[in-house]
Amino acid sequence: MKNEGETTERPDNTAFTQQRLPAWQPILSAGIIIPGFLLIGLAFIGIGVGLFLTSQTIQVLEWDYTGIAKDSPCFSCTIPNTPNCTCEITFALSELFKGPIFFYYGLSNYYQNFRRYGVSKDYNQLTGDTQYFKSPQNFCFPFDFDSKKNPIVPCGAIANSMFNDTFELYQIINGTKKQVPLDGKGISWWTDYNLKYRNPVPVDGSFPKAFDGTVKPINWPKPAYELDLTDQNNNGFLNQDFLVWMRRSALPDFRKLYRRITEGDYSGGLPAGNYSLTVHYNYPVMSFDGKKKVVFSNVSWMGGKNDFLGIAYLVVGSLCVVMSVVMLIVYAKFKFSDDDV
Amino acid sequence: MLRRLNRLCGGDENRVDSRTIYIGRRPCLETEVFIPSKFCDNRIVSSKYTVWNFLPKNLFEQFRRIANFYFLIIFLVQVIVDTPTSPVTSGLPLFFVITVTAIKQGYEDWLRHKADYEVNKYPVTVLEDGRSVKKESERIKVGDVVEVVEDEIFPCDLILLQSSREDDTCFVTTASLDGESNHKTHYTVPDTEKDLQALSATIECEQPQPDLYKFVGRMHIYKADQEPAVRSLGPENLLLKGATLKNTKKINGVAVYTGMETKMALNYQGKSQKRSAVEKSINAFLLVYLCILISKAVVCTTLKYVWQSKEGQDEPWYNQKTQKEKDTNMYLKMFTDFLSFMVLFNFIIPVSMYVTVEMQKFLGSFFITWDKDFFDPEIQEGALVNTSDLNEELGQVEYVFTDKTGTLTQNNMEFIECCIDGFQYRHRDELDGFTVTDGPVGKLQQKAGLEKEELFLRALCLCHTVQVKEDGAEETPRDQVDGVDGMFPQPEEERCFIASSPDEIALVKGAMRYGFTFLGLESKSMKIKNRQNDIEEYKLLHVLNFDPVRRRMSVIVQSKSGETLLFCKGADSSIFPRVKPEEVDRIQLHVERNATEGYRTLCVAFKQLSAEEYAVADTGLREARLALQDREEKLMAIYNQVETDMSLIGATAVEDRLQEEAAETMEALQGAGIKVWVLTGDKMETAKSTCYACRLFQRGTELLELTVRTLEDGRIKREDKLLELLRDYHRRAVQDAPPVKAGVTRSWSTANQEYGFIIDGATLSLMMNPPRDADASLYRNLFLQICQNSTAVLCCRMAPLQKAQIVKMVKNSKGSPITLSIGDGANDVSMILEAHVGIGVKGKEGRQAVRNSDYAIPKLKHLKKLLLAHGHLYYVRIAHLVQYFFYKNLCFILPQFLYQFFCGYSQQPLYDAAYLTMYNICFTSMPILAYSLLEQHMSIEVLLDNATLYREIAKNAMLRWRPFLYWTVLGIFQGLMFFFGVRFLFSNPALQDNGQVFGNWSYGTIVFTVLVFTVTLKLALDTRHWTWINHFVIWGSLAFYVFFSFFWGGIIWPFLKQQRLYFVFANMLSSVSAWLVIIILILLSLLPELLLVVLRKPRGPHSRQKKPGQSNVGGSHSSQSSARPLLMRTFSDESNSVK
Repeated sequence: MKNEGETTERPDNTAFTQQRLPAWQPILSAGIIIPGFLLIGLAFIGIGVGLFLTSQTIQVLEWDYTGIAKDSPCFSCTIPNTPNCTCEITFALSELFKGPIFFYYGLSNYYQNFRRYGVSKDYNQLTGDTQYFKSPQNFCFPFDFDSKKNPIVPCGAIANSMFNDTFELYQIINGTKKQVPLDGKGISWWTDYNLKYRNPVPVDGSFPKAFDGTVKPINWPKPAYELDLTDQNNNGFLNQDFLVWMRRSALPDFRKLYRRITEGDYSGGLPAGNYSLTVHYNYPVMSFDGKKKVVFSNVSWMGGKNDFLGIAYLVVGSLCVVMSVVMLIVYAKFKFSDDDV
Repeated sequence: MLRRLNRLCGGDENRVDSRTIYIGRRPCLETEVFIPSKFCDNRIVSSKYTVWNFLPKNLFEQFRRIANFYFLIIFLVQVIVDTPTSPVTSGLPLFFVITVTAIKQGYEDWLRHKADYEVNKYPVTVLEDGRSVKKESERIKVGDVVEVVEDEIFPCDLILLQSSREDDTCFVTTASLDGESNHKTHYTVPDTEKDLQALSATIECEQPQPDLYKFVGRMHIYKADQEPAVRSLGPENLLLKGATLKNTKKINGVAVYTGMETKMALNYQGKSQKRSAVEKSINAFLLVYLCILISKAVVCTTLKYVWQSKEGQDEPWYNQKTQKEKDTNMYLKMFTDFLSFMVLFNFIIPVSMYVTVEMQKFLGSFFITWDKDFFDPEIQEGALVNTSDLNEELGQVEYVFTDKTGTLTQNNMEFIECCIDGFQYRHRDELDGFTVTDGPVGKLQQKAGLEKEELFLRALCLCHTVQVKEDGAEETPRDQVDGVDGMFPQPEEERCFIASSPDEIALVKGAMRYGFTFLGLESKSMKIKNRQNDIEEYKLLHVLNFDPVRRRMSVIVQSKSGETLLFCKGADSSIFPRVKPEEVDRIQLHVERNATEGYRTLCVAFKQLSAEEYAVADTGLREARLALQDREEKLMAIYNQVETDMSLIGATAVEDRLQEEAAETMEALQGAGIKVWVLTGDKMETAKSTCYACRLFQRGTELLELTVRTLEDGRIKREDKLLELLRDYHRRAVQDAPPVKAGVTRSWSTANQEYGFIIDGATLSLMMNPPRDADASLYRNLFLQICQNSTAVLCCRMAPLQKAQIVKMVKNSKGSPITLSIGDGANDVSMILEAHVGIGVKGKEGRQAVRNSDYAIPKLKHLKKLLLAHGHLYYVRIAHLVQYFFYKNLCFILPQFLYQFFCGYSQQPLYDAAYLTMYNICFTSMPILAYSLLEQHMSIEVLLDNATLYREIAKNAMLRWRPFLYWTVLGIFQGLMFFFGVRFLFSNPALQDNGQVFGNWSYGTIVFTVLVFTVTLKLALDTRHWTWINHFVIWGSLAFYVFFSFFWGGIIWPFLKQQRLYFVFANMLSSVSAWLVIIILILLSLLPELLLVVLRKPRGPHSRQKKPGQSNVGGSHSSQSSARPLLMRTFSDESNSVK
């Protein structure tokens, strides 16, 4: 019935109704494909070479300091119940480690991407909404209230498990230690620091008072407002280390930015010489077979050292070139002879 | 069983087979206690829902669909169990789908409500106690006498009591019921009183039933002091609700069926749903994907517990379980984990696919309606799509069953010649009288006796049901055959005839040319003007109607002189056994020759009835007509009894010309690998010649005949002969034929011997119901195998049901081929309904075929474009759509599956909820929809020119397991690429030049970006036909994705609990490495596809361009062949046929 009305009339003679819209009919002919492949291949090889060379110029220094091996410097700290344990890693640079240098800590077999772990935070707290300080959302369980039913701020497993090893880097010049200044600013995403997370408004001009009635996360040594005693602006939820930690890693083996070496004598990098890295070993990872490491690296325009991209581009590029050659042969043999379109 | 129980328990009066209706005063019979029977009121409720039940009922109906139900379950699991994704991700798409469907159905129902309201509140006039009362239509009760004036629609089913016309008739059109717009005559019940107020009667009639053309009833008229008179009621007394009164000022009728019990309302129910092969494929694929889904969930659950069993993994200090988790039973936990994984991966079965497929079908069908090539200027109509579910099935047809008359031929009859008493008369010009051109051997230029001549012509003038249209003032004076303007040459007189079959008009006109003019039927007397311009009058006593089983009709008339005559005309096979054998010989020769020339032949016989004979026949007929049960059978018996011992007076030949381009169409269909079967009720010779004319049979075709004639063998029984012949033909056509690949791929070259197979109805029924049951399958198998190896099959002398039987047999044969039936008449309805695809031709035999068809086209020639172009394109489009949908969801979900291996099997989603939800709805839905509506992988002209291209998609070629496997492998390959490419990149997550690191959402976003671009570009690669719409949606959705990602990540959304994606996308784009990895992964994923395009290339241009050698098979012959005469009369292929 529904078509009754239309059928009595002559159908519209438009390009659309008659399925005759002007159309571009791409024909991927050999004349396009072969040079196309060649071109793409060459371009990819070019990019690949660039990437690979760039990646090669990036210097990386990496130490596992978990202390599993008995002779490793941090072995002593793996023994349970050794509070404030420090250990020292010494290393020598034979040449200048070009700056700016990025100082990462790495964890492995650590599942920050665990689902239960991932949801265990209260975004409302983290935007400074003091309403939620008293009653954290229940995603945070079992890290929402302490044993005395005091609300935890910031609540949740992520915050509670914040990485708390600290490092000091010294250059050893003639037997004396010269501290290398580590820059803790600009290690988290700009938007996280400036837009996404917000501290609670200070009560009576006192920032800590905003946290009244709450307790620090169980594993934290200090409350959130005392994370950085040297810099007032690096406290609360806007602590750079905290923000870095809160951005969950994608894979169980990950590294996170700890500090940058950009200041003073070391703005150009670490000159050749002997160095000592003091580790304040607090973070337990042995219970779940985890490993900890520190990484010094400089970066290029493509980020940190990553050979994969360069190799991938080289492989795909050469694949394209090889294929274009093969196709050329195939076509020369079978196609051009009988196809004169 | 239940029904019987029901009947036993609630055996109330409604169960009786007839209903009794009282008109006027109740007959107060002492013995009967009057029980007012309850009939439904006259309210029409075509709407399905009311405001109150819309929500629950509509939801219930929607969730009865398996897919919707599945998504509901997923949604409920998400709500109940702690699952990785919020219920919104699957709830929103489901809600969207359900809402859109509900709105659509609600709107349609609202329209129905409105229409119902209009109908139900329509003011009608009811006679109550002698006064006319205005009432609303819905208040009419059964038994009310209703008055209807001209051009009004009947408000319910009425028995016509009184008409303002003098001859007690009225005219109606049933255009809105069955589309037949001709005027039909209905008769009042005879002998009813003129004063309706005084009328007292009861009507007994059958319970409501949907057949528009059947009605049996009986009316008892009580008069004050007489025995009650009994009148039979038939469909000619019944005025159907929905029909319109025409040419009659006013009628009165009594309501017999009201409201939902009217025939119109009973017919309202839609036909049973046909399902397309593509849908079956979808369901099969769905099962595969369901298996993949379940196995993924099982693998993940198992591995999760294996992994957790390792020390320290289950619950590291940084990630402690909740109390509830600790308390839950391990097995219950496993089960909820399994459900969680199911939920996480459930996107692999796309909710949106069903919506897209539906939309594609619905919108796509418009292209058929819009196609101006289907527009026929003659009837001012184009194609009609009754169902959009079968568009793609048009591209899959393997068998075409076509009717002959009206489909292959024009059903535009022209009287060619007649044969009277063995002498042939051929009309040449408008000269008065006959021109005898030919006679029986040795009797050239002789005429039959004048008496015989006139008897014959009188028979032609009397034996029919033609009406003369009176004062054709309001319409153009043309012949009207069911509302279709005929193409008859205009006779001198402005006289138009109305008849249900064009043969009759042709015959009456033929008689007119020879001097006998039918003037009309007035109050039971037929007037004819004879050669002397005298008017002869005959009293019409009985009409023994035509029906396709008897294949003849008769009239009994009484001449002025008191003679009672029976004239009978019908097919030779039904006339010859009923006349004297010696008369047959003289005429049979002519009949056969005419039939060979492709004419439709009818034999005319007559019989003089003595008074006694007539009395017997009369009572018999009257009794049978009054019978309430088995009336048909009883009538048939009487008919057979009366129509015996007649004498043959002659035969007529009427030409039915071939449809335009019938031969080209048939040739194109055969070229496309479609087997064409002609199923006709016509006789073998006529049908055979039509087949030759349509080039279904070629000169070299060897005909295998299985007819009553070939079965006649004195020595052995017919059954044995049948088996013998079957074996013989089987050997010839099947065993001796060179081995060829199955069915359609068989080369259609002329080198092979071609076989044409002919079978007639009698033989068919013998074969279908053999005397020994054991043989049934043997016969059938032999028969089917022969048929499958024949290029064309002709089944003649078929009853309508036999047509359906044949279709059903082929449909259910091995490989269940897709069948298509095309026909124009009521006798084709059964096969149209039976076949996978039913096509109605908007022909001259009414609209029943069109009404019951899935698609209706004005002419046979349109079938070619419908199948070769539209069908092919629709199939390719929807097949691609289906494969693409599964593919894109496979490579969508595979990375999420792989991610579980890296996140401790914790059901952590890889993508953000917004992406999970929007992927199928927004980012990737429009390009494929546009593709599935607009794609022309080959242009329509090429498809039409090369019928062989149709074979490339035969047997569901694009949805078989092999292409499905290809797409699946492609999806898996790409999914692996996406995931591991990014995985290797993230071996160092410091991807920005400021040394900052990316987290898990960045990971997911990169994968998702690659995914969206790859699947969209994959479609772009597949698109062969880029209209601006394609450009717009493909580039548009990519742009939309980018825009959306910025937007979604650019604002802190107050309704979100976690701002996971805040600036993730923007940060990603600030990283050169992310760009580079996205580019290389897209290219790498598309590389195999590109390679295939190139490697496939050598075949490409050939199939896309005309191949001179092959296109001969298709339609390019047409220019040459159309020059040939449409009816080839020169063939001498009789010698070829196997006797």
